[in-house]
Amino acid sequence: MLQLETVCKNFGGLPALSNVTFNVPKGQLTALIGPNGAGKSTLINCITGVLRPSSGSVVFQNKEIAQLPAYEISRLGISRTFQNLRLFPRLNVLDNVLTGLTCEGGQSMLMAMLRLPYLRHRERQLKLRSLEVLDRFGLSDKVNWPAEVLAYGDKKRVELARATVGKPDLLLLDEPVAGLNSEETATVGEQLKLLRRGGYTILLVEHDMDLVMEIADQVVVLDSGRCIATGTPDEVRRNPLVLEAYLGRVEAMA
Amino acid sequence: MSARDKFFYFIYLHRTGLTVTLLSTALLLFPLFEDNPYTLGVTNLIAINTIVVLGLNLFIGYAGQISLGHAAFFGLGAYGSAITTGTYGLPPWPSMIGVAFLVGLVALLIGIPILRLSGHYLAMATLGFNFVIHSVLLEWDELTGGPSGFSGIPYLGIGDFSFDDEVRLHYLLWGFAMIFLLLCLNLVRSGVGRGLSALAEDETAAAALGVNTRNAKIKVFVLSAVMASIAGSLFAHCYSFISPDSFGIFTSTDMVIMVVVGGMGSIWGSLFGAGLITLLPEWIGIFETYKDFVHGGILVAVLMFLPQGLVSGLIDMVKVRWAMRRREDAAT
Repeated sequence: MLQLETVCKNFGGLPALSNVTFNVPKGQLTALIGPNGAGKSTLINCITGVLRPSSGSVVFQNKEIAQLPAYEISRLGISRTFQNLRLFPRLNVLDNVLTGLTCEGGQSMLMAMLRLPYLRHRERQLKLRSLEVLDRFGLSDKVNWPAEVLAYGDKKRVELARATVGKPDLLLLDEPVAGLNSEETATVGEQLKLLRRGGYTILLVEHDMDLVMEIADQVVVLDSGRCIATGTPDEVRRNPLVLEAYLGRVEAMA
Repeated sequence: MSARDKFFYFIYLHRTGLTVTLLSTALLLFPLFEDNPYTLGVTNLIAINTIVVLGLNLFIGYAGQISLGHAAFFGLGAYGSAITTGTYGLPPWPSMIGVAFLVGLVALLIGIPILRLSGHYLAMATLGFNFVIHSVLLEWDELTGGPSGFSGIPYLGIGDFSFDDEVRLHYLLWGFAMIFLLLCLNLVRSGVGRGLSALAEDETAAAALGVNTRNAKIKVFVLSAVMASIAGSLFAHCYSFISPDSFGIFTSTDMVIMVVVGGMGSIWGSLFGAGLITLLPEWIGIFETYKDFVHGGILVAVLMFLPQGLVSGLIDMVKVRWAMRRREDAAT
């Protein structure tokens, strides 16, 4: 579904990503792991068009998307969450989720100003869909709250709801459980499994190894901007290069 | 659900429509109770300011940009209508639409380059644009009448009926203001409007949700310029005399102050802001003399204590308090 070919990104002269190549197969959960500063978030930003890759190609459903602006990539069906929450604090929870359906709400400003009956009807449907998703994430009693007063865990879930409400073909999750306690992590883990079973293709960036090993179908390991291993969780766990990246050089101990 | 609950739910569901209906009725009846031409003159000015402020509020509160140059579009509309109808004797309604179209085109042409800027730089660029237009209006005296102004602009009319006294103007101006209010309310309650409020809060996140941020900003800029231009045309036809003084940078800052007082991103707040700032000098004489001090003071005070604007800031505060209390109730 998503193919990355020798993606490079340089900041000034410094390479943040060099020759990253891997595939995200359809209907599976691919986890992207690596030590701090390995370039995981940079890679997500390159895929979603927040940053433009210096070279290389990103192909999504047989379409080259590497140099497209962020909004077009989003319209192709790639949706994401952010590492540092990016909710809209002044909007209420329902409106935050509804922004995930911006494209389906119509594009024409003129039509919006006239508010013709068909738009009104569509608005109601979008609202129902958003409420349904909020219900799935257990937030239905807080739909009218301003997003800024929510607890951190709830904010994370609202962001997940916003990213999934549009039924994207590919879901990019940038550390969805960072900062959550173990109980909340388990809940989010359950929800991720549900999403996967629901047929979503997911690329998950995560530090929490237990979670990754439990739910991932495929693991990709980045270190200093290079892709050092790809495989099933078990293969990756035994890969000496990965151990080295995480634990330091092994021969020093031998 | 009991009948009482149903009634309240109905009111809640249709709150926007009901408020608009109530306000329109009040405005329809207003001249029956108040026929003092001076008072009506002031409320008419509120209507004109409301139209400009609504557009500007879309740009500031929903697209999250700043413009200190909307008096220029207001002035272009006013002078456009004055010159086409006063000098060339063209019919007022078509020329009003033509002028609005041209002003929209001007906004598009300058919007494409300057909306690459943001923050202080955008403020400076729009301020500069306002200066240029103001100087042109002052200096090009064969066309604009220069500093002494332009007089003899015909009244608007339909057939033989002419909008020439305060009561008739009341219906004309508030009619326009309510139409624009309704259009803006519709816009912000749509998918496009939600995209815009996302844009105002966080550009990166908005782009990730599929909002074409550059185009959206330009579209809203053009829309607000067109609204300012129509308000300007109405202003010219209403007073039949205009001078460049009305379209300087201080008018622009006054417009921004109205937006800030009403609250950024609040359509109803625009109405309140335009009303309050237009009425202040009428209520209290000292504001007339020290207008600039007072306006500056209001701006600084509001931005320091309620950066989202007075009305919407207060409403937000109440909402947050209420939700916090519910959150605590849920915890105990």
